[in-house]
Amino acid sequence: MEHAAAFRIDAPEGDAGTEPPMAILSGDWTTHWMVGDGADEALAAELAGWRDVWLDLTRVRRMDTAGAFAIVRAAGRDGFSLDRLKARPEQRRLIELVDNAHRVEPIVRPEPKGFHSLTIRIGKGVVDLQAEFLDTMAFFGHLLVAAARMVVNLFVAPGKIRWAPIFGQMERAGLDAIPIVAITTFFIGAVVALLGVNMLRQFGAEVFVVELIGVAVLREFNIVITAVLLAGRSASAFAAELGSMKMQQEVDAMQVMGVDPFEALVLPRFMALLITIPLLTFVATLAGLLGGLMVTWTTLDLGPTFFLQRIVDNVGATHFYIALSKAPVMAGVVASIGCRQGLLTGGDVQSLGRRVTAAVVHAIFAIIMLDAAFALVYMELDL
Amino acid sequence: MTEFRPDPAPDESLLDEEGPAIEIHGLRTAFGDHVIHDGLDLVVERGEVMGVVGGSGAGKSVLLNTIIGLRRPQAGTIKVFGQELDRASRRHWSQLEQSWGVLFQGGALFSNLTVRENVAAPMFEHTRMSRREAHELAELKIAMVGLRPEAAALKPAELSGGMKKRAGLARALALDPELLFLDEPTSGLDPIGAAAFDELIKDLADSLDLTVFMITHDLDSLYAITDRVAVLADKHVVATATVHELEKSDHPWIREYFQGPRGRTARQARMGEDA
Repeated sequence: MEHAAAFRIDAPEGDAGTEPPMAILSGDWTTHWMVGDGADEALAAELAGWRDVWLDLTRVRRMDTAGAFAIVRAAGRDGFSLDRLKARPEQRRLIELVDNAHRVEPIVRPEPKGFHSLTIRIGKGVVDLQAEFLDTMAFFGHLLVAAARMVVNLFVAPGKIRWAPIFGQMERAGLDAIPIVAITTFFIGAVVALLGVNMLRQFGAEVFVVELIGVAVLREFNIVITAVLLAGRSASAFAAELGSMKMQQEVDAMQVMGVDPFEALVLPRFMALLITIPLLTFVATLAGLLGGLMVTWTTLDLGPTFFLQRIVDNVGATHFYIALSKAPVMAGVVASIGCRQGLLTGGDVQSLGRRVTAAVVHAIFAIIMLDAAFALVYMELDL
Repeated sequence: MTEFRPDPAPDESLLDEEGPAIEIHGLRTAFGDHVIHDGLDLVVERGEVMGVVGGSGAGKSVLLNTIIGLRRPQAGTIKVFGQELDRASRRHWSQLEQSWGVLFQGGALFSNLTVRENVAAPMFEHTRMSRREAHELAELKIAMVGLRPEAAALKPAELSGGMKKRAGLARALALDPELLFLDEPTSGLDPIGAAAFDELIKDLADSLDLTVFMITHDLDSLYAITDRVAVLADKHVVATATVHELEKSDHPWIREYFQGPRGRTARQARMGEDA
């Protein structure tokens, strides 16, 4: 038991009632040997109420910061003086360091608890939501102005337009997305067809599955699936790219150089999406119809000619134009939310992760909301 | 027969040719309730190398960002070459941007461009130089800052810390600015690399007649290249003087800074070299 932290209290010389006692410590005053024995608590109890106690540490074998802290604490919060310490130099140094750190008054700020903290969080959330909405609108407005300036430049000074990043982004955000967009809408068209056939068979109206597929794919799925996929693919990429540029101060460097980051980073991405989303929507439409066609052909034995003829006769191109009318809005949503979140990134890695997540979540949410709004408006217009 | 016809005269300079390079009066900046600078005054004369020191969190980088227009101050005026930043028009800004170069702490090179394209980027932005001319000039600048020619074709990710700083310096010098801002140019460099970088800045400042605004923690740099040093403490500039005058200051922070063990070593090294 020679390692265990131990101590002995020597009664003071002279008047027993007023002179502080001397504590003679021995053993290992370390985290390992103190814990469980309660030596630190016992020492604190012995010395409670005394100021300016004497401490003898010469018999202590080893001492770490936890041990030193326990000793300093036991000796009383401000009733401890280094003059009354008998110790080896390295022990004295450690006690001194711990004592100084211990005396630093921690700033105690009462943490709101329970219901109080809940109301604070809700309040902050509401205020943030409003600020977020206003900022997004301001960002979107900035984007529209930049886009308008670019359109003017198209006629006045086409050399000023940054074509290279526009085409680069068109390739990465548009061309490279063709396979995933096509495959996804193909299967969605097929699933709609399967469900439709099963439902409509009960009424003997299987043939109307063609209209169901036509309207669903031409009007909604083509644009919504494309936009959602691009929100996952491109909004996240935009946020990550711009966020890491922001972290490396590249955006600052650009601004100092006189390049408007908006024009150099955000606008090309918006333009690329503005051009490629309608094209991707067209690809999605073809793939979705093909998926539906495959199912009707195999389950109902309705051939491609019949299928397409019925689409032309009973569905019509209006639905497709309605989908296309949403494309510029979706491009704006994906580009501006992705870029805005990227540019909001702070200096640390965690904030980059949070921003990328927020970009995708906000973009998908906005896409669905806007699509619902469009559906209502077009329904009122009887389109 | 060929004839040389110069372009019509470029825009006349809107910036002062005389007077101090930077003048700051009564600057106040704050993040929310947290005040960084309050009543800060600072004048940087033309052609001098001004070092800026201060403890961590004293707002050195914030001051730099405010001077170059990345942050808006809550109060006070900042004039660069006599032009007040708050009232600068688009054309003024364009001229200001051409008259300064900034080396950020980590270099802040554009990561998707090569070193050569990085250095040429400001040229494309502000001049009508052809691609070939800009690249040739960029290669010259790259050689001037002591990078090997092979480095021109590398991407920033392929460079070491010291090379990044040199490439950043080359980009800052791309438009032959009159005013150079350096944010801790020698931090993260080994002592030999730091000394070489100090030497480089001194050479360039002398030969190109640059005004340099340099934030630093490096006492060796202060002794080696600065003409004057501004000390940021207690939210404002507490002293602006040469290093030797600052050694005698009785401001507690300055005394601790220069009389601490590191300060002593740097001073002795410098004195040994001068002797």
